[in-house]
Amino acid sequence: MTPTSWRAAARRLRANKAAVAALSVIVSLVALALLAPSFNPNTVEALDWSHVATGPALVHAHWFGTDRLGRDLFVRTLEGARTSIAVGLAAGAVSLSLGLGFGAVAGYVGGRTDYWMMRLIEILSGLPLIFFVIFLTVIFGRNGAVLYVSIGAVGWLTMARIVRGQALSIRRQEFIEAAVACGASTARIIGKHVVPNVLGPVIVYATLTVPQIILLESFLSFLGLGIQEPHASLGTLIAEGAAEMEAAPWILLAPGLYLTVLLVCLNIFGDGLRDALDAREPA
Amino acid sequence: MLRYFIKRLAAALPTLFIIVTLSFFLTRLAPGGPFDEERSLPPQIMANLQSAYGLDQPVWVQYGRYLRALGRGDFGPSFRYKDFTVSELIGQGLPVTLELGSLALALALGIGIPLGTMSALHRNAAADALAVSLAVLGVAIPSFVLLPLLGLLFGVTLHWLPVAGWERGSIRHLVLPVAALSLPPLAYIARLTRSGMLETLSSPFIRTARAKGLPLRAIITRHALRPALVPVAGYLAPAIASIMTGSLVVESIAGLPGVGRYLVQGALNRDYTLVLGMVVLYSSVLIAMGLLVDLLHAWLDPRVRFSAPQ
Amino acid sequence: MSAAPEPARPPALHADSLQVCYAQGAATLAAVRDVSFRVSEHERVGIVGESGAGKSQAFLAVMGLLPKYARISGSVRFEGREILGLEPRALNRVRGSRLTMIFQDPMSSLTPHMKIGAQLAEVLVHHAGLTWRAAQLAALEMLDRVRIPDARRRLRQYPHELSGGMRQRVMIGMSLLCDPALLIADEPTSALDVTVQAQIIELLRALHAQSRMSIVLISHDMGVVAAIAQRILVMYAGRIVESAPAGKLLRQARHPYSALLIRCVPSLREPRGERMACLPGQAPGAADLERGCAFAPRCPRASARCHEERPPLRALEADAQVACHHPLEP
Repeated sequence: MTPTSWRAAARRLRANKAAVAALSVIVSLVALALLAPSFNPNTVEALDWSHVATGPALVHAHWFGTDRLGRDLFVRTLEGARTSIAVGLAAGAVSLSLGLGFGAVAGYVGGRTDYWMMRLIEILSGLPLIFFVIFLTVIFGRNGAVLYVSIGAVGWLTMARIVRGQALSIRRQEFIEAAVACGASTARIIGKHVVPNVLGPVIVYATLTVPQIILLESFLSFLGLGIQEPHASLGTLIAEGAAEMEAAPWILLAPGLYLTVLLVCLNIFGDGLRDALDAREPA
Repeated sequence: MLRYFIKRLAAALPTLFIIVTLSFFLTRLAPGGPFDEERSLPPQIMANLQSAYGLDQPVWVQYGRYLRALGRGDFGPSFRYKDFTVSELIGQGLPVTLELGSLALALALGIGIPLGTMSALHRNAAADALAVSLAVLGVAIPSFVLLPLLGLLFGVTLHWLPVAGWERGSIRHLVLPVAALSLPPLAYIARLTRSGMLETLSSPFIRTARAKGLPLRAIITRHALRPALVPVAGYLAPAIASIMTGSLVVESIAGLPGVGRYLVQGALNRDYTLVLGMVVLYSSVLIAMGLLVDLLHAWLDPRVRFSAPQ
Repeated sequence: MSAAPEPARPPALHADSLQVCYAQGAATLAAVRDVSFRVSEHERVGIVGESGAGKSQAFLAVMGLLPKYARISGSVRFEGREILGLEPRALNRVRGSRLTMIFQDPMSSLTPHMKIGAQLAEVLVHHAGLTWRAAQLAALEMLDRVRIPDARRRLRQYPHELSGGMRQRVMIGMSLLCDPALLIADEPTSALDVTVQAQIIELLRALHAQSRMSIVLISHDMGVVAAIAQRILVMYAGRIVESAPAGKLLRQARHPYSALLIRCVPSLREPRGERMACLPGQAPGAADLERGCAFAPRCPRASARCHEERPPLRALEADAQVACHHPLEP
């Protein structure tokens, strides 16, 4: 993509009011997660025995209320948010590199390598990988690294497909032939030429993968298969909230609403980004 | 049509085979064994246990035995639920999950398609905006947030429906789980139907149908619906997958004794055979669904299955 | 056109000051600017003009097939009854039975997933109240009438299994099932091979002779119109610029545009509705405002007056009208 087409896409994105609104909500939510705890005197682990399972109030700065152990929900929810977002970004990066690498190699090298790599992707994409992720957590345990890698392994398939498509079309272009003529190695060509040129759609899909990953992580944590105590992610908090629902609904509502709003806005923004980049004129 | 089906079947079977093989070897290659949790057992008993479950054999032998057992429909014993085999657990849980899943799918299609059609026919800015927002919400709200919220609203606050639990034949206990499970696919199906219908309605053959003086109902049902639903048919496989994954959480929250809950329990307990069996089960179901959906797609669009015209 | 004494029966179609406009932002696009004509009973009328002249739009308006946002004004009377703005149920009783239309591309105009027999039969089931079996039998007879061989097998086939010419015959058959008073054929041959074109035109002539119906045939191809029309209307930029009996027009056209059309009968491989290769320049678009005669910029006979003052459609003879300040003399 040329600089002019980037600018045109940015203009289109700015014109999309829904996407812009969604983006500002996302930024606010992230800022809240990062900065707000510093405005609240409570800590994540502190147990306030005098205020067990109380509703939202200004007392002792328990703005979202407390849970069954007397822990402040405001800081806990935001810590959960930080964890979920961190997993989203980290696993997203794994997904991105896997997809980028796989797709670039398949698309650029072509031929039989490409054929078999694509067959592999076809087979793997036939199934919801959640089951495999659960499977992997059973086998390899529930530590953080496993979580990041296995969750990241979910989104790379579509990414690989897109990157491969782009790589295929780039392969025939002149500057690649020039590089080959100069004796550049395949790896170098892929790294220096193919990858930067497929960035456009890759960014869009990375943006769309992040909510999927956050969703998956929350899903797993909700079931108890993801992040473990004492760390909390939005998923574990929602699980706690669901259990306490009848007596103390706010324990569910805070993380639930945060997660929902975050996911909805990420989806809207991702859609807007895709629309802005799809409508671009040929570079 | 038959030839097409056989071709697709031939492509699907190796996939299943690879999944079973991959899963099996993953379990055997895992660090530690299924009995690591039970540290208190003396070594002799451990050895007996290993041999009883066939774990002392070389991996290839175990693989062969597993495949043969699979052929008989025997998924092996559960490592946790000591008195049950996996097959028995599946037998208990599958009807519940199937009931839940098929109701959810039926609801998603039964409400989503008419909703999308009506939305396409009555185009005004307000309805469009409403439809789009519902669709976005429906797709993005995770089922594990939705179900507790629904339970909060209808169960705790309004006391209309039970929040959890299950009784054989009781419909009230299924209402919320089915609703939560069907909402995301419903929203997506409505959106797909709407756009498919809009596109189809601008086709030349619809103009011919109108020129023939046919009533709107006939035009929609006989002429427009089948082509409009092609994108929905394409979405059916992901929809089923989404319902299957959603059922994991819905069953767990609502306390429904389906295979989803067994899978989750199995995962929490590191019950290898159970989890392996579930993975094989879910994969087979999904692949079978995928085949059925392909057939449906071919039926909707005759051009897919016929060879070149005269 | 009929002579001065009014015909005893009402004309099949009588359009009066028909206009079709579309709003686009602040501007208005005029697809049909002001069209008035009459189609008598059992008459064959040809409408000719290049793409964008408004030919199809006018008759789509007659059939009520334009989108809801089209602004239609004027009056159209079919068999004496006003049909513009008729409420849908009443319109649907007329459409497809007494008033029918066939379109240019029979492949995309037939429902791809319905068998031919079903598409034919539903017309009779809906309009004539026949059972499906009876309707299928009638459909079979109609396929024979439009000269489709091996009709029984064709009934069970899908549109993509038929050739282009056969599909168009099916369309024609579909429109004749209820013995219509008027059949409108919008570019029925433009998507077909030349040899097949001739067959279809011949079929239309034969069917016309066997019944009391009128035919309106719309085409950008003067050759096609000449082969079937008893009277020809020439349209340009949303208006009728000449109207005359076919023989008279072809021998001696009075409007310069008509004369040019006749002289450059399009080549065999003309893409549908494209402007005539031998006519320089381009017809004005729907958005262009009118100032003077719309054809003046391209007219070899244009004078200063032509650019200022729009010529009205006036009768030169009892049965011929022309809209030109300097019509060609015989």
